[in-house]
Amino acid sequence: MVSTRVPTEKTAEVTKPHPEVTKLQELVYELKIEQVMTRKVITVSPEDSLRHLKEVLRLNRISGTPVLSGGELVGIISIENLIKALEAGEIDATVGEKMTRNIQTVYADEPIIQAVNKFARFGFGRLPVINREGKLVGILTQGDIVRGLLRQLEIDYHEEEIHRYRASHIFEDIISDQTGLILRYKVQAQDFVHCGEAASKLKRALERLGAKPVIVRRVAVASYEAETNLVIHTTKGGELIAEIQPDKIRIVAVDHGPGIPDVEKAMQPGFSTAPDWIRELGFGAGMGLNNIKACSDVMNLTSKVGIGTRLEIIINM
Amino acid sequence: MTLGEIAEKLSLSVQTAQEKLDTEVTGGYASDLLSCVMAKARKGNIWVTLQSHLNIVAVASLKELAGIIVTEGMPLEADTLQKANEEGIPILTTPHTTFTIVSQLARLGIQGVEITNDK
Repeated sequence: MVSTRVPTEKTAEVTKPHPEVTKLQELVYELKIEQVMTRKVITVSPEDSLRHLKEVLRLNRISGTPVLSGGELVGIISIENLIKALEAGEIDATVGEKMTRNIQTVYADEPIIQAVNKFARFGFGRLPVINREGKLVGILTQGDIVRGLLRQLEIDYHEEEIHRYRASHIFEDIISDQTGLILRYKVQAQDFVHCGEAASKLKRALERLGAKPVIVRRVAVASYEAETNLVIHTTKGGELIAEIQPDKIRIVAVDHGPGIPDVEKAMQPGFSTAPDWIRELGFGAGMGLNNIKACSDVMNLTSKVGIGTRLEIIINM
Repeated sequence: MTLGEIAEKLSLSVQTAQEKLDTEVTGGYASDLLSCVMAKARKGNIWVTLQSHLNIVAVASLKELAGIIVTEGMPLEADTLQKANEEGIPILTTPHTTFTIVSQLARLGIQGVEITNDK
């Protein structure tokens, strides 16, 4: 079922301008047939009788097998061929007489999408797998593909888990008297297109480090407002520096001008010096610093006209 | 109620992130001031606004809002649409005013932030 559905999804995706590839689709292109095939192949020879074939299929609980003659792949025979022969009373005929000679094969080093497509197109139960020299090296069923995909998904999932675990335990694994992780983001003045990206990146980093959602939300609001202030009010932009410690996060926004003439006034809700065109974009409501204050445990704002502004925010974890 | 159900009942036109329409909407918030949205909107809220520029996506993404309804047929720029698709933020548009949309949302049982907070 899976193998027939995958190619249709794939074609539908390709027509989109921005194809979103699922993990499963990625895997059918990434995994090689040799990684999922069964290597121990049960075979019969053309001279074997169908009576012998019946026993081989029964004892191994399989429904078909490749036919080898002198080490060469010459055909494939399935339970379906056997039933037809039985109906005709030909149980003593040879495998060579009843096998399918025109066989579809896949190469061991091909991605499994090739096999998926062949299964979907021809409806076979199995495909012999050959190497580039034409020698039989394995056999592949749709069940092998499903099992292979599930196994790989599980491996990938574990790797992601380990990744997350490592990230969230970074402070326990690294020993020092005071461990901190410093993230720096440059913020350009008047760049409303990228405004908010530093805050987004910081938010993602905290999520990755396993910070509590309530803390992440407070950091997101405070850093967004600090970043927005750098974009709106500075002459040359500035920098957003986040220092993540085990028990708190310190965010410092620094710039080199123009500076705030009256810090107390700037802290008043609704007070804004943003020009009209910026207010029309929805910025400059005069609420930014208040939002920061509401989200932080400690907030220090120092500024000197002509020199610059330094905003320090501490949020306890 | 999901975003998709709201879009259908209010005849909103879905501009971005179709795949997120089954998001459950936790409440609503309306403002054109980004700082107010940052302060008051809650995770999973639907945000009704006149603003249509790129930064609404950053705000919605940071606050993990369910989606944005842009009212009065404000035109959306290509970079706004692209960013919204990248971030998976559904933007829905309507020719109606914010007042009309908010009153319709209220009739559907979508509540304001203060009420949601009291829970």
